[in-house]
Amino acid sequence: MYVTPALLFLSAYLILPTLETVYLSFFDGRSRNFVGLKNYVFAFTDHTMLVAFRNNLLWLVLVTGISVSLGLIIAVLVDKVRYEAIAKSIIFLPMAISFVGASVIWKFVYAYRPAGAEQIGLLNAIVTSLGFAPVGWLVERSVNNFALIAIMIWLYTGFCMVILSAAVKGIPADVIEAARIDGANSWQIFWRITIPMIRSTLLVVSTTMVILVLKVFDIVFVMTGGNQGTEVIASLMIKEMFNYRNFGRGSTIAVILLLLIVPVMITNIRRFKAQEKLR
Amino acid sequence: MTKAVNKSNRTNNTNRKTEFWQKLPIHIAILTIAFIWTLPSLGLFISSLRPRGDMLSTGWWTVFWHPLEITQFYLGNYGDVLRSSGMGEAFLNSLTIAVPATVIPIAIATFAAYAFAWMTFPGRQLLFILVVCLLVVPLQTTLIPVLRVYAQLGLAGTFLGVWLAHTAYGLPLGIYLLRNYIGALPKDLIEAAAVDGASHLKIFTKLIVPLSMPAIASFAVFQFLWVWNDLLVALVYLGGTADVAPVTIQLSNLVGSRGQDWYLLTAGAFISMIVPLMVFFGLQRYFVRGILAGSVKS
Repeated sequence: MYVTPALLFLSAYLILPTLETVYLSFFDGRSRNFVGLKNYVFAFTDHTMLVAFRNNLLWLVLVTGISVSLGLIIAVLVDKVRYEAIAKSIIFLPMAISFVGASVIWKFVYAYRPAGAEQIGLLNAIVTSLGFAPVGWLVERSVNNFALIAIMIWLYTGFCMVILSAAVKGIPADVIEAARIDGANSWQIFWRITIPMIRSTLLVVSTTMVILVLKVFDIVFVMTGGNQGTEVIASLMIKEMFNYRNFGRGSTIAVILLLLIVPVMITNIRRFKAQEKLR
Repeated sequence: MTKAVNKSNRTNNTNRKTEFWQKLPIHIAILTIAFIWTLPSLGLFISSLRPRGDMLSTGWWTVFWHPLEITQFYLGNYGDVLRSSGMGEAFLNSLTIAVPATVIPIAIATFAAYAFAWMTFPGRQLLFILVVCLLVVPLQTTLIPVLRVYAQLGLAGTFLGVWLAHTAYGLPLGIYLLRNYIGALPKDLIEAAAVDGASHLKIFTKLIVPLSMPAIASFAVFQFLWVWNDLLVALVYLGGTADVAPVTIQLSNLVGSRGQDWYLLTAGAFISMIVPLMVFFGLQRYFVRGILAGSVKS
């Protein structure tokens, strides 16, 4: 049958392994002895884990919030100019670059030299030319998480912009015309017409961003290796799995990641069913 | 008559002028954002063309102080990173990984998408809902069990293992995108073919596949970029095996081992990006279409 190969692949690589991971999360590091909820207790009490949870929350709020709102603002603005296509390409371009490539790009932006030396990183060159001391952007705990978060915003604002721009263009012109005749200014049109009319797209983009952020590990892995308090859930999972060879804890962290995504899954199913009724 | 035309021209001109001034803040905002968005990549690219010593002693922006001096640019970094750091081999590995890992899921997903859209079989709706769920399952939940099986079967550290894994991980999106596209093809067309006695296989190869080319292209671009840019899957299933490592692994190793050797890192990063950038500029249309189909319509 036509679906058989697909189902075989999905079962072997996604469905069964996911179930096994849930099972393994109740066993010790070598998957020999049943340990009950011990791994979960560890996950919610261990200091590093808690730091990772806090950082992930920071990532979720800032990356999703800024990428989506900036993407929306750009989508609305470029709609009004003639060089729209070029401007969109430029902002969208980072989407083609890998997390690893982007990390190298930004490592260079954040490059640090001690005070007095010639700064070769753009950011520290700006900072020192303004008369401040250079900052170790990736080392100092007060800024390093934000430095990593900025990379993801740079990568994904274009993605949000492209989707939201399509939605903005989908708003019927006569609706906006009518509002303008009634005396609404651009500001009012934005808040009272644009936002309400693209609300469902905003929701889709935000949930997509939430999932992407929860899964992010490459940036942390390449930039800081999770040191100096920059660990996130997904990077800790890889660490437990590879560096410490603790498959129980690794599985537990993966399951937590999955549980965080379940609400999105349910909304997706709902939306899919609603959409099927329209077919 | 001419006077009237002149007059309307003039009002047009003044309109345009006031419009320009009204839009000035918008232009400034867009140009500022575009400028900020370009700077990091531009810095990397310019740096990759500067000799090692210059790169460590002055910032890349200093090339603009005397932009016409061609001698300040230098291509040797690329030679170094391709030869000494294994980036050339990694580049070939990335191609070896990405091409089959794009072609196989396309074939499998198109078949499945056709079945989900136009065939009736028990549990069709339920299975498709499963696909919708799998769309968002984090890869992380599958890594440990699959890796263990791979270790037993000797698939860890082989191209075959990565091809199969990428195929499976790409399938949910592929099936989803293609099913929505194929499902929206005109019903009459497919029924007419069926009435004429065409088998499913014939309808599929002669009708569905040619008509779905735009959607297939979108998925292909998506999957190719995803595989090329992937670090996680390669890292887990290929491990530390250097002779099969793709550019992403090689580059992240360089960051770890030669973190201050900017002449290698900048050129290496650019080599890892050149293929995605070409795909992006050449096939941006399909890429955007895929993104929209994957999110807006869902």
